[in-house]
Amino acid sequence: MSDYSKLLEMTQLIGMVQARYAYAIDDGNCADWPNFFTDDCFYKITTADNFAQNYEAGLMWMDSKGMLRDRILSLLEANVYERHSYRHILAQPIISDIEGDELDSVTSFIVARITREGPTDLFATGRYIDRYRVAGNDAKLVTRIVVLDSGHIDTLLAFPL
Amino acid sequence: MVEESGIENQRPEWPKEYGASQVPYWVFQREDVFEREKEKLFHGPVWSYLCLEVELEEPGDFVAVHVGETPVIVTKDTDGEYYAFENRCAHRGSLLALEDRGNVKNFMCVYHAWTHNLQGDLIGVAFKDGIKGCGGIAEDFEMSNQGPKKLRVAVVEGLIFGSFDEDVDDIEDYLGEEVLGRISRVLAGRTPVILGRFTQVLPNNWKLYIENNKDSYHASILHSFFTTFELNRLSQKGGIIVNEDGGCHVSYSSVDKGPPLDKETKDLYSEQSIRSDTDLSLSDMSLLENFKEFDDDITLQILSVFPTFVLHQIQNSIAVRQILPKGTDSMHLVWTYLGFEEDTAEQRKIRLKQSNLVGPGGYISMEDGCIGGFVERGTKGAPNEAAVLAMGGRAVESGEDRITEAAIRGFWSVYRERMGL
Repeated sequence: MSDYSKLLEMTQLIGMVQARYAYAIDDGNCADWPNFFTDDCFYKITTADNFAQNYEAGLMWMDSKGMLRDRILSLLEANVYERHSYRHILAQPIISDIEGDELDSVTSFIVARITREGPTDLFATGRYIDRYRVAGNDAKLVTRIVVLDSGHIDTLLAFPL
Repeated sequence: MVEESGIENQRPEWPKEYGASQVPYWVFQREDVFEREKEKLFHGPVWSYLCLEVELEEPGDFVAVHVGETPVIVTKDTDGEYYAFENRCAHRGSLLALEDRGNVKNFMCVYHAWTHNLQGDLIGVAFKDGIKGCGGIAEDFEMSNQGPKKLRVAVVEGLIFGSFDEDVDDIEDYLGEEVLGRISRVLAGRTPVILGRFTQVLPNNWKLYIENNKDSYHASILHSFFTTFELNRLSQKGGIIVNEDGGCHVSYSSVDKGPPLDKETKDLYSEQSIRSDTDLSLSDMSLLENFKEFDDDITLQILSVFPTFVLHQIQNSIAVRQILPKGTDSMHLVWTYLGFEEDTAEQRKIRLKQSNLVGPGGYISMEDGCIGGFVERGTKGAPNEAAVLAMGGRAVESGEDRITEAAIRGFWSVYRERMGL
């Protein structure tokens, strides 16, 4: 297979996986969210300024699939916030560095937030900086760094992006 | 319009007998109160947190921050001293610094190239003498009388504070010995490293966050993550310290090393029908791992400096928080997460993992992001009703339990006095 058709194939695969990822958070069952990751995954939400300065901490900082499950569990069972939902709009992934069964990918996103029956508010824009592991017709996130463009977070950040 | 609505708009009286234990909601809502806060508090004799010493390492380093709503530049000059002054050109008021931080020789305004040194003095006016004998500035113009307003600066354990009022009490007296000791407990003898900076935009008056922060009573009730994992219960050992005038406070607790919670303590929560009595278990308990960092057993210490500074230790999560008002109904909460140069890799990882507990998305702080907005909205139509702060009596005093609103009363006590309200 030529490099170009491999790239097309991977772009399409990652695009499909990410469409399902967004659907799980926005419309489906958010308890499915951890299943998009490998067991030894790393997930972090940070901002462009923190990222540029190599600051290590995150708004969320998790280094296992168990921690991702705990996040959802805590949101559903323990934490208090006003009912709200997200709407993710994702750009095409830009795939690079395909090595063996792993690849790097960057995807721009916009997330709107709807609190109760209120207006649709622009909540976040940014990019996913990802490492995926491909297995057949599926790919799992080994690493996802969510880099928010703005350093401002309105009210609170409950559900993952 | 002024004539017609004059009576309606007149500031109501805050009855003297309310003391610090009843707070009318108009105090959070009125523009004229906010204007008075700018004069009496933010530009008055208080100490506002500016930045960390480690953010200004080299001469010429600067950070652009805010005191209240006023933009301020903090610098380190070639003499090794720190300076702070308004981020406002002496000429026509443009911002002098357009970046949040950097290193400069001086501050030249982009508008007309008026130049200010690292201490905020005006030192150059472009085309001051005109060109070929034409133009130039008025003869009576004196550069030394100009310049943005300067702040008095003080450093406490690596924290830089500033005040617009030269006559403010020395910071050691302002804090009091006990609060100062608790700052030293967290920061003394080591070099902080910034792990992250996040700004949370809260939909409420700034004082609602102050109340929340000084409220040791709500912690294990609103924040159910904390309680579920037995990080913090009001029945744990702990207490509060309120400094002499009431403006600064420390709330602390330590986890008992003893056996798991007995039935009696568990029943305390269920008897109150408090939501936080659940049997929730984490799949990855490494979130709750911690290391021994201090000589005592205190695992939680929330400390505030009047009016707008917070230093927290929650397990091994250390952070400073700065409260910036944005009008009467919005504010910014600026979080700076800290580690220390002395951290081992393992210790650093524990701090990073514990960053999940705090901040805008923190398991035990996310509720504080919305609760102020709930009060803001709940009180919209009730400016003349008043909040009640009577838990633990009506006095402002330190104590050995945390089911008290004494630290909040401390804030209102000094607020009323300084504001003349």
